[in-house]
Amino acid sequence: MWNRPVDKLIAGMLTLISPDGTVRDGLSITLEETRELYADMVEARTYDHKCMAMQRQGRLATYAPFEGQEAAQIGAAAALRPDDWVAATYRDAALMWRAGYPWALLIAGRTGDERGGQAPDGLNVLPPSITVGGHMIHAVGLAWAEALNGSDRVALTSFGDGATSEGDFHEAMNFAAVYTTPTVFLCQNNGFAISYPRDEQTRSESIAMKADAYGMPGVIVDGNDVAAVLTVVGEAVARARSGEGPTLIEAVTYRLGPHTTSDDPARYRDEDETGEWRTRDPLERVRALLERAGAWTPEWHAELEARSADVIEEAVAEAEALPRPTAAEMLSRMYAQPTGPLRAQLDEIGA
Amino acid sequence: MSEQTLAQALNGALATALETDERVVLLGEDIGRTGGVFRITDGLRAKYGEDRVFDTPVAESGIVGAAFGMAIAGMRPVAELQFLGFSYPAYDQIINHVARIRNRSNHRFTAPMVIRVPYGGGIGAAEHHSESTEAIYAHIPGLKVVVPSTPSDARGLLLAAIEDPDPVLFLEPIRLYRAVKEEVSELYYTTEIGPMRVEREGRDITLISWGAMIKETRAAAGQLEEKGASVEVLDLRTLSPIDQDGIVASAAKTGRVVVVHEAPRTAGLGAEVAAIIQERVLYSLLAPVRRVAGWDTVFPLKRSEAHYLPSPDRIVRAAEETLEA
Ligand SMILES: Cc1ncc(C[n+]2csc(CCOP(=O)(O)OP(=O)(O)O)c2C)c(N)n1
Ligand SMILES: [Mg+2]
Repeated sequence: MWNRPVDKLIAGMLTLISPDGTVRDGLSITLEETRELYADMVEARTYDHKCMAMQRQGRLATYAPFEGQEAAQIGAAAALRPDDWVAATYRDAALMWRAGYPWALLIAGRTGDERGGQAPDGLNVLPPSITVGGHMIHAVGLAWAEALNGSDRVALTSFGDGATSEGDFHEAMNFAAVYTTPTVFLCQNNGFAISYPRDEQTRSESIAMKADAYGMPGVIVDGNDVAAVLTVVGEAVARARSGEGPTLIEAVTYRLGPHTTSDDPARYRDEDETGEWRTRDPLERVRALLERAGAWTPEWHAELEARSADVIEEAVAEAEALPRPTAAEMLSRMYAQPTGPLRAQLDEIGA
Repeated sequence: MSEQTLAQALNGALATALETDERVVLLGEDIGRTGGVFRITDGLRAKYGEDRVFDTPVAESGIVGAAFGMAIAGMRPVAELQFLGFSYPAYDQIINHVARIRNRSNHRFTAPMVIRVPYGGGIGAAEHHSESTEAIYAHIPGLKVVVPSTPSDARGLLLAAIEDPDPVLFLEPIRLYRAVKEEVSELYYTTEIGPMRVEREGRDITLISWGAMIKETRAAAGQLEEKGASVEVLDLRTLSPIDQDGIVASAAKTGRVVVVHEAPRTAGLGAEVAAIIQERVLYSLLAPVRRVAGWDTVFPLKRSEAHYLPSPDRIVRAAEETLEA
């Protein structure tokens, strides 16, 4: 087992909370902060499970689950300031939510409603990118603009291992380094681009090492360790905020579920591998740590689960209560004002 | 002969091509291990080997650019892009390289390659998974664009596309992959790229469509026939080179034409069809050529899909107005 490329990554990555919950040197967050991060991960997992169930019931369109990647997403978002920019993907609901995006809107999007993409006013989170790789350069432009405008906001872009194969990855990394933009590149290496294993996508030993060629730091972090991710992303954010430029972070993690609800992982991966990663579960290690410190009880956990279930149920109700979108709305959000042909088409549908 | 879906016919055609022409290779995202998102290449890697069927990194420009190089070097690559909405990173390769090399090298180098792409809406898919942007490809000189809507055409046209000396964009209507079944020959045969298919003959009005919209068009034709009209339905099946003579002959015969497409109306191929007709047989027309098309919007998400897709009702209404004009 110990000669796969991923094992080398695991051996070299920064871990602060081991899979068994023991603490390594350098853990600097408080017990209370750890409890909050744990609670956030429980809430995110509740959302994820709920969406999987709703999709099976036909209440959602295709859904891309993030189970197993909660630490990477919650830890990264927790390192941001509420006014920072986020440009993430279809798999990043937990990250977007922790950055301020309401569950109800995330669910609305998944029911197939464009209103789900309308971030609340003042929140600098873009709609999730469905095209692989197209959005990384946006985080360069966002961050560049902030720097030019003299603000100290940063932009974080999250993407998968697969996205680093797109030409757009190269352009984004190069621009960010050339213009020293305050951009944080967070790659969640979850082992696969749909069925295509990370080790076949690139002959590079790591994704982080690609940073070197662009002239920016690259860091490998245990993506299933919320504290390590928070620390590493926190350092990259601080670097960016102080004008030192971009960082590429490779969070080593694993997608425990299918690529999407249309995918059958049995066609391309071994259940043993998934089982092995279940032992590295991002929630379980924090639970073990907290329990050892006397800060976790089954009662508290049950309370968290019940509260999360309520919160998610409410969000579902809110999303499903949105009035059926009309054809006129569809035709009216293409331009600031409907153009001539669209006005004619609005007439045609009787709007 | 055996009863096959459109998806099975495509899979069979690819197997036949791999079997009969050793220059044929397949490349695309997830096409090897899993047989692709729609399983069109299912089983082909196991049967024909890892040096014939390649899983590639997520890189559309890379897939098409590499296939282009292979084609110039004498192979017959068949590339798959996962959805038409993800083809645009490859657009530069297609418009600036694939479609131009014959011209640039004055026939010295050519690109006999096929780019297969699932397209079209109606399955409540996520953003970018429902596009019908065939017009921006049919507009590229040097590229052929083909769209089968029946299993036997799927086999014949795909084999013809692979044989073709020029690059072919082969669009596969997602909604029809498993919705249509018919007897398909297992022999090697090709269906000529170019000529349209007369889906049904009639005298009073011509409905012209292609791809998945053939389904709604066929349904509309049925309703119109019940009301006493004699309806001709044309399945263009090649969008470039478009069958000008076939379109004109039918328009001259019926004098009334409605074009149906899923793509947005403005600058869609319906405009090209209408232009061809008025250039050649304006004075045979008894009514203006009408278009029933998608609205000039982004293809909507699941909850609004029904607002967007042309329905049989919309086609019937346009046809009735055309018949009354
Ligand atoms: C440009 C583009 N090509 C192809 C796809 C289809 N697709 C969706 S997700 C995916 C794999 C992406 O893998 P990765 O970047 O590792 O992200 P993950 O899904 O593992 O989170 C592919 C090929 C797409 N959405 N966009
Ligand atoms: Mg991945």
